Amino acid sequence: MKVELRINGASRIADVEPRKTLLDALRENFLLNGAHAGCEHGVCGACTVLLDGEPVRSCLMFAAQADGYEITTIEGLAPAPGELSVIQDAFCETHGLQCGYCTPGMILSAHALLQQTHTPSREDIVEAISGNICRCTGYGQIVEAVQFAANRLQKSNMPHPHPHHVRHGHPGEHDAPVEGILEAAEADAPTESAK
Amino acid sequence: MKPAPFEYIRPHSLAEACELLANDEDARAIAGGQTLVPMLAMRLARPAKLVDIMRLPELAGIRPEAGALVVGATTRQAVAEQDPLIRAQVPMLARVLPWVGHPPTRNRGTIGGSIANADPSAEIPLVAVTLGAEIMLATVDGPSSMPADDFFIGPMLTTMNPGECVSAVKFPVWAHKRIGVGFFEISARKSDFAFAAAVAQVALDDDGRCLEIVLGVGGVGDRALRLDVSSLVGTKLDASAVAEAVNAVSGDMEASTDLHASAAYRRRVAITLSKRAIEQARTDASARALKGAA
Repeated sequence: MKVELRINGASRIADVEPRKTLLDALRENFLLNGAHAGCEHGVCGACTVLLDGEPVRSCLMFAAQADGYEITTIEGLAPAPGELSVIQDAFCETHGLQCGYCTPGMILSAHALLQQTHTPSREDIVEAISGNICRCTGYGQIVEAVQFAANRLQKSNMPHPHPHHVRHGHPGEHDAPVEGILEAAEADAPTESAK
Repeated sequence: MKPAPFEYIRPHSLAEACELLANDEDARAIAGGQTLVPMLAMRLARPAKLVDIMRLPELAGIRPEAGALVVGATTRQAVAEQDPLIRAQVPMLARVLPWVGHPPTRNRGTIGGSIANADPSAEIPLVAVTLGAEIMLATVDGPSSMPADDFFIGPMLTTMNPGECVSAVKFPVWAHKRIGVGFFEISARKSDFAFAAAVAQVALDDDGRCLEIVLGVGGVGDRALRLDVSSLVGTKLDASAVAEAVNAVSGDMEASTDLHASAAYRRRVAITLSKRAIEQARTDASARALKGAA
């Protein structure tokens, strides 16, 4: 069946079987391999993407169900090709990744949190990444990376979200501009047209 | 970890959805899919047809009714968690939602989906049974409903027939002013399946005397159980009275054994958590009143 999805700010069309998960469509049809296939049954969080700004497991929904949402993958976070978002940069600086398999999911979960608040408590961060498993068990540095990114965003010259309460998945400010993310996504895609 | 092929249909009305579900015994309804999709991926479920009810307008929304709050089946758990009406009128539901899965699964998972799934350790069915909620159903013959206690009959088993789907859950709203909730659960990790859980809601009068109390345990047997501790009405819920009342009904707790915990362990933990939940509910109710006075 034909599906039309909004991915990283662009409309993409693909012909998929109804049983094709959003994860497999992203990887195979749109060549966005940043969403990782880990357990493929909703346990590990490696496949996390944002749906209207909220983290969800892309292995737990079908591509056919994903129309009408703004889908953001890890490829959509950087402001421009060759650059990193504040959170991505913070993960590098604090050694918040080892093998890197869980990293896209961790960063997207952290991104959703930091759209709600730039002053998260440790508990907020732990809760936000509680659905993402890191088998290198580098959680200490991951929490540190999110805290570090939050500090940087606090000091940045941009409007801050209202930190009344942490709320997952409320579209707020991005730490990267929306315009331009398409280029970053396309830089990873060898072919322009989807299957 | 790839589902077997199926046909995907997105009906435009609830009536059409019921029709589709009734006419094909291999059709299954899908909403948030947070339990169904893993079942499909592991091929523990192989429906020929998936009927997507997630976007049906009839199943959405949260609306107050006389003495009750009706929560639409497709209300996502993350939305319910933050909803001001639910927080104010059904505090027990708001209290347990952070323990339902993780933020990404709560962003897709629905209130009605958890009810229809009927996992014995799930928190939302526990709240429905404990508060005496009414499960609203859509059928080919029109709407019907039944008490939560009759709806759940075993692990992942409900009295729903093919062609029916949960349309909403009607939670009773207590009219009392001083209401408090207590909730505890034991699991291997937070948000994993509970080995045992207990939830209580109490209403106190101005002197701190109990006007109304409900208690429920989940994860212990093959479905959530409501325990009758109405003998505590009129008392000040002191520790000895609570212990006596909980011990008196503990014989009613059917417990099951699995890899994680024995029946004896589950019963023992459930009794302890029940006492703590009542204690926490009492403290919560007292604190709310003080806050209101100040």
